[in-house]
Amino acid sequence: MIKIENLSKIYRSKRNSVDALNEVSLSIERGEFVSIVGPSGSGKTTLLLCLGGLIHPTRGKVQIEGVSIYDLDVRKRATFRLQNLGFVFQTFNLIPYLTALENVQIPLSLAGVLDGGQSKRATELLEKLGLADRLNHKPSELSIGQQQRVAIARALANNPKIIMADEPTGNLDPNTTNETVAYLNLLNQTGITVVMVTHNPGVAEYAQRTLRLVDGKLIE
Amino acid sequence: MNLRKIILKELLERKKQFLTSFIAILLGIIVIVAVKSVSNSSEKAVAIQLDNLGANILVLPQTTTIDNYYAADINAPEMPEDYVDRIASSTIQGVDNMSPKLSSRMEIEGYSFVLTGILPKNELASKPIWQTAGFADPGLQAACDPNNIMNKSQGYEDPRLQRKTIDSLGEFDCLVGSDAASKLGLKEGSEIEVKGTGFKVASILPQTGTVDDGRIFVHLRTAQKILGKGRVVNAIEIMGCCAAISEGLLGNLRNILPDTKITTINHIVQTQVETNKTMGKFSVIFLIIIILVGGISIGNYMWSNVEERKKEIGSLLAIGASPKNIYYIFLGKALILGLIGGIAGYLLGTLAGMILGPQIAGVKVLPVPLLFVWAVVIAVGISVVASYLPARRAAQLDPALILQEI
Repeated sequence: MIKIENLSKIYRSKRNSVDALNEVSLSIERGEFVSIVGPSGSGKTTLLLCLGGLIHPTRGKVQIEGVSIYDLDVRKRATFRLQNLGFVFQTFNLIPYLTALENVQIPLSLAGVLDGGQSKRATELLEKLGLADRLNHKPSELSIGQQQRVAIARALANNPKIIMADEPTGNLDPNTTNETVAYLNLLNQTGITVVMVTHNPGVAEYAQRTLRLVDGKLIE
Repeated sequence: MNLRKIILKELLERKKQFLTSFIAILLGIIVIVAVKSVSNSSEKAVAIQLDNLGANILVLPQTTTIDNYYAADINAPEMPEDYVDRIASSTIQGVDNMSPKLSSRMEIEGYSFVLTGILPKNELASKPIWQTAGFADPGLQAACDPNNIMNKSQGYEDPRLQRKTIDSLGEFDCLVGSDAASKLGLKEGSEIEVKGTGFKVASILPQTGTVDDGRIFVHLRTAQKILGKGRVVNAIEIMGCCAAISEGLLGNLRNILPDTKITTINHIVQTQVETNKTMGKFSVIFLIIIILVGGISIGNYMWSNVEERKKEIGSLLAIGASPKNIYYIFLGKALILGLIGGIAGYLLGTLAGMILGPQIAGVKVLPVPLLFVWAVVIAVGISVVASYLPARRAAQLDPALILQEI
C-alpha cells in the first residue's frame, strides 16, 4: 500500500521558486492500477518520482508497504527501490551499448543474482514479452515498441510489488500504445500495483482509478 | 552481467574517446620509462667505471700536493696511521676499502724507484687490475654493491669487519711493478736488496699504465721500519661507493679528519654523471608534464563521459543502483585506463630506452623491473585522481532532474 501525506515539493532557483506539488495526500491500495493525468507542468512526473523515492519532497511523507522511504538513507532507499519498485520511462532509458538481455540483467545483477540466474530470468521475461528472437540485439536494433517491452522486462526483473510508469506510451504509435497498456494491465492482474503518469485520456481509462493533478494540487 | 562488464562494454563502445586519453597517458609513461631506463643504466655504468678505477678517494696530509704524492717526494709530509682506524671505527657508510701507504723515492742499481709500504689485501681490493695477476681473493672483487652476496659473505654488514686490515705479504716479501721488474731484471722468486734489507719477489705486477709500474711494494710495517718512520703513512687511498660519494661521503670524511686533504677522481666520470643529472631533471619535468597533460586529458574525458551518460546514470539510480555503484563504474574505468596505459607505457618505454640508450648516453640499456611498478602506479594514480571529481559528480546526480529533463 502507498500512502502520501501532505506532500509538497518546491523547486527553488536563485530568483524564483515553483510549487510543483502542493499538500498532496492520497492512498493507493495494493494491486490497484492508478493513472495520474494533468496538463504539462502540473506536477505529474514530480509526484511519480516522489513516490519512487527518487526526489526528496520539501514537506510531507511517503510510505510504501509501511516504510517511510525518505527516512531511509540514500543507500537503503536504493535497495528499497531495487527490491520493491520497477520503473518504466517514456524514452525507455535502455543502456545503448548493452543487448536487450543485458539490459534486463542489470537490476538482477544489482540485487546480487549470479550470472546463470540473471540470464535465465531475463530470457524468461523477454520471451514472455515476445522478444525471444531479440535477446542479443542492442536497443538501436529494436523497434520503438520492442524497446519499450525491454524496458518493461527490466522493470519486472526483480519481481517488484509496484510498477511506476512515466508516460510509457508517450513515444509510441497507437498500436504499440495499446499493446503496452495491455501489458501493464496484464501485470496488474497478477497483483502488481501500477501507477502510471499519462497525458493521454484514452490511456488513462485503462486504469481502475484516475487522479488529476492541476498546478500541483490533486483533484480526484 | 555485472558492473565490470558494464565498464568494459562501454569502453569498447566508445573506443575513440577512450583512445585520446589513453594516448596522452601512454606517451607520458613511455617518455618517463625510457628516460629512467637510460639514466638507470648510465648510473650503473658510472658505478662500474668507478669500480674499475679502484680507489677513488685520496686522503693526504694537509700540506701535501697530489704532485708530491705521485712523485713520492722524499720530504713529503706524513700523517698518523691511526687515521685508518679513525675511519674504520666511525659510522660513515660507503667506504668499501682503505689502502694506507707510505712511499719514499730511492735509487737501486742506478735506477730511481719508489718504495711503497702497503697492507696487501687492502691494496688488492682497491686495484681490480692487480686481481688479474692471479692472487686475488674472490671476496675482494665484490666492490661497490652492499647487497652483493660476496660482500655479505665477507662480513659487509659489519663495516668494521669489512675494513679490517689483513696481513698476508711476508715481512721480507715484495711485489714489483712491471717497469721496475724489467729494469732490474727481476722475476718471481728473485732476491733484491733495498736499504740494506733483503726481499724476495713474491710477484711481478701486471702493467697498469700508472706510477705503480715503477714501484716496489713491501709490507707497510716493513717499510715503516726500514725507512725509520713510526706508525705513519703519507696517503690513504679509499674505495668509496659511488652513491655514497654523491651523498656526501667526502664531507663526512673531512669532518673526522679535519687536518687532511681529501680529493676524488670523480672528474674522470664527470660527463657521465652530468648526463645522469640531466636525465634526472628530464624525468622530473616529464613527470610534471604527464601529471598535467595526462590528468587534464583524462579529467576532461571523464567529465564529458559523465555528461554524455547522465540519462544512463539516472536510469541506473532509478532501477536501484547506489551512488557507490556509480563511483565504481567511473573509477573502475579510470583504473582500467591507468593499468593499460601503465603496462603498455612500460613495455614501449623500455623498448625505446633500449633503442635510444646507446645513442644518447652510450650505454647498453636493460629492462628495469622496478620501473614497471612505478609506471603502473603513476598511470593508475593520475587516472583515478583525475577521474575522482567527475565520478563524484556522477554519483551525486539528482535522478529526478535527469529523468525530468528527458
